[in-house]
Amino acid sequence: MFGRLTLDAFKHESSQNGAVFSMLFGAICLIGLISYLKRWKWLWNEWLTTVDPKRIGIMYIVVVLIMFLKGFGDAIMIRLQQAMSVGDSHGFLSSTHFQEVFSSHGTTMIFFVAMGAIFGLMNLIIPLQIGARDVAFPFLNALGFWLFASGAFLTIVSLTIGSFSTAGWLAYPPLSGIEYSPNEGIDYWIWAVQIAGVGSTLSGINFLVTILKMRCPGMTLMKMPIFTWSALCTMPLVVLAFPILTATLYMLTLDRYLGMHFFTVDGGGNYMMYVNLIWAWGHPEVYIIMLPMFGVFSEIVPTFSEKRLFGYVSMVWALIFIAFISFIVWLHHFFTMGASPTVNVFFAIMTMIIAIPTGVKIFNWLFTKFRGRVHFTSPMLWFFAFLLNFTFAGMTGILLSSPPVDFQVHNSLFLIAHFHGMAIGGVLFGFFAAFTYWFPKFTGFFLDETLNRYAFWCWLSGFLLAFMPLYMLGFMGATRRLDHYDASTGWHPLFVIVGIGAFIILIGATIQFFGLFWSIINRKKNWDHTGGDPWNGRTLEWSISSPPPIYNFAVIPTVDQLDPLWAIKRGEAPIPQKRYENIYLPINTPMGLYIGIFSLIFGFAMTWHIWWLAIVSFVSILVCVIIRLSGEDEHEIITVAQVKEIEAAHARRMKSYE
Amino acid sequence: MLRGLFKQKMTKKPVFYMLLFTGLILLVILIMQPLQILHFREKIAVLFPKGIIAIEERNLLFIIQILMLIIIIPVYILTFIFSWIYRADNPKGNYDPDIVDNRIAEYIWWGIPCVMVLIVSILTGIKTHELDPFKSIESKNKEMTIQVVALQWKWLFIYPEEGIASVNFVQFPESTPIRFEITADAPMNSFWIPHLGGQIYAMPKMKTVLNLIANEIGDFRGSSANISGEGFAGMTFVTRASTDDDYHQWVKSAKQSSNTLNLKEYNQLAAPSQNNPVETFQLKDLSLFDQIVNKYMHPHKE
Repeated sequence: MFGRLTLDAFKHESSQNGAVFSMLFGAICLIGLISYLKRWKWLWNEWLTTVDPKRIGIMYIVVVLIMFLKGFGDAIMIRLQQAMSVGDSHGFLSSTHFQEVFSSHGTTMIFFVAMGAIFGLMNLIIPLQIGARDVAFPFLNALGFWLFASGAFLTIVSLTIGSFSTAGWLAYPPLSGIEYSPNEGIDYWIWAVQIAGVGSTLSGINFLVTILKMRCPGMTLMKMPIFTWSALCTMPLVVLAFPILTATLYMLTLDRYLGMHFFTVDGGGNYMMYVNLIWAWGHPEVYIIMLPMFGVFSEIVPTFSEKRLFGYVSMVWALIFIAFISFIVWLHHFFTMGASPTVNVFFAIMTMIIAIPTGVKIFNWLFTKFRGRVHFTSPMLWFFAFLLNFTFAGMTGILLSSPPVDFQVHNSLFLIAHFHGMAIGGVLFGFFAAFTYWFPKFTGFFLDETLNRYAFWCWLSGFLLAFMPLYMLGFMGATRRLDHYDASTGWHPLFVIVGIGAFIILIGATIQFFGLFWSIINRKKNWDHTGGDPWNGRTLEWSISSPPPIYNFAVIPTVDQLDPLWAIKRGEAPIPQKRYENIYLPINTPMGLYIGIFSLIFGFAMTWHIWWLAIVSFVSILVCVIIRLSGEDEHEIITVAQVKEIEAAHARRMKSYE
Repeated sequence: MLRGLFKQKMTKKPVFYMLLFTGLILLVILIMQPLQILHFREKIAVLFPKGIIAIEERNLLFIIQILMLIIIIPVYILTFIFSWIYRADNPKGNYDPDIVDNRIAEYIWWGIPCVMVLIVSILTGIKTHELDPFKSIESKNKEMTIQVVALQWKWLFIYPEEGIASVNFVQFPESTPIRFEITADAPMNSFWIPHLGGQIYAMPKMKTVLNLIANEIGDFRGSSANISGEGFAGMTFVTRASTDDDYHQWVKSAKQSSNTLNLKEYNQLAAPSQNNPVETFQLKDLSLFDQIVNKYMHPHKE
């Protein structure tokens, strides 16, 4: 009846119980609050069934923030364990639990924080930047989000019921094979990643088509905003790389469930193939999360320098170049697997070549500031920190890309310091910058700037303290993922410093979350009185009111140059005429949510070998898809009168500020 | 100009403190590193290695690092200078929003990284071939083979030439090229002795090779660098590079060990165990390593 699921699955170490109970308590409080405020109907109509990319984008960000808390909690546990567990002391985590924690940390941060962050940003910004009212496939977009959310939820379920993977975030076989990991942990990982991965592929298709087909009249490719360009370079990577992940995970699934021999040691399997395949997805993935952040900074730096981006054409080609090369460098993740030197050198050189366009970008950003008027608001502070850290981590990346050096630092904490420099210094700081920058666009008010600054300084100093010593630890021979080490290694003082750094980051993150709530509570004080263009922007998203009306643009803009709003402000382009027309928007549908829920049930049932439930949920998914596909494509019409009224209301609000 | 909430001017002061504070952090790190290096000198295996291979690898690291600094340092200086000069309210900062393109400047910063990468690539190409872990090291002393098996969660070292074996301990004479033949009878591990040179994966059914040499006498820490399950953190071993005499002494005592190792006893040893103590064995089956590598190679059944 319940497959492998027994009562034992609910027994945990005490440290985990605390997390479980606080989570359950939080969930109950949330449900109670919604019921008390009688907001269920609102939640259902306005959010859960929505196909509006702005709403979906905000839901992405909410899931990202929740998953960030989880991944960050994992990080703190790792740091605490490593600061404590030296010599005779064994810390507060068992080795199995520790391995669960770092596997969960990596999985959460990459799949559910970084991926969610970029899709969230794209949902919010891309339709606005290209002057579109909607995305190309609104339902597919919603479905992509719900699959992402159910994958994220499945990892949270693994906290409560059973245990998570202990094989690291990429779960190399044979360790992740049935022989060495017979329990449910790897299965949780497989299904969580699989479901979210399918969602990413769908979202990728949607945004690729959106950018190619939905641009407003006159916006040719070379007149697109640079963030949209970065997305356009990223989406083919998603569409081409994620199917590799899906196929690889299916093969691992077949190995584990049906005793097949794709990646096993015996029976003619080849686990080295898994390592190749997972990195053939994994390296493009690195750029999938990084490229959009290049786009973010390329929007922020010009805005706060009161200039246009220096060398736009150069930037675009650099993006395209990086996207292209990112597919032929995957082997640099395992120079140490024993390939011949010639093979290693090929991949080493390809990797180094990526540094060229990346370096060009850095110079272009710097020279955007040249002869500008640079305002150091918090997005610009994040850029400042990004530039320092990213450049440094880039340099260590070049070191790692040289095979002889890589042999000495591979899988050591040097590597960890390098890619956290990229992932935190690049992606996360980029996300924070984007979050602060575009926050007023979607809410109509600012984040508290003072708190943001405090958070920033905590993050920057905490980050340097937490990751610079890791380079040294790597040189001292400290490998990654150690739950215990000897006192004679001399690592302990550095691990303590690193732990202090992590604690300072914790303070920073706490200030940020507090700042978010504080800003929401005090939104009246922080209201954006400009009505939609607080930063003196250059691109189309700043030409409409904040928060944007449901239809984004009352009149679809026509564009004849780069940075259209900037051109209008400088009198180089005419102020657009307002000729309203009826607007057609897709109606809400709960099918995305249903499919997400059934996918969650399916993943859970497969994890625990509850076959009947798996079959039922799988059939339900198919039924939902069929119902959706055979339905009429219905639209909601917003009439000219309604548009006029909404626009007039915005104008009245603007007047009241004066 | 910025509007709305941020109308208040960004005065000289905060920008100054921002740059100062960041500069201070960077400075502290810069000073900390040499202090750490002086203090932990003996522990920093990668930077103060004891074998030719590791020294070569470290030298390459330094050369690439210096080449990279040629780009990094100007970037850092420009970051600070531009932040200071072009802060919004600096009366001396010329504002010219139309400087958005300069072909010569862009040629320069496409060109310089290209040249750098070309140099580093050539260097890497030569060094990768030179330091190929599979390649024997030239030396006046005769090469010695040690076979390594990664088990759950310990290292087995087999000396086919001497007829002995040991667990979590490996000894060999200094200045003698060692050819490690490496496999695993466990999930994938990585065999790493940072004082002597880079690592290579230890994988079931596969034989990888790592050629190392110790320049001087000493005990060096070795470990597994790739997660392999529950007892992974305890998979450390002592590498002892000793004089010839000491080595032969040790071999002699190992040969008199009451523990013997053949396939059957190996299978007992291979059972999972954590933080295994050091053990030595008489090797009864000289082809043990090959049998372990070929364990999963079943003959094709008709």
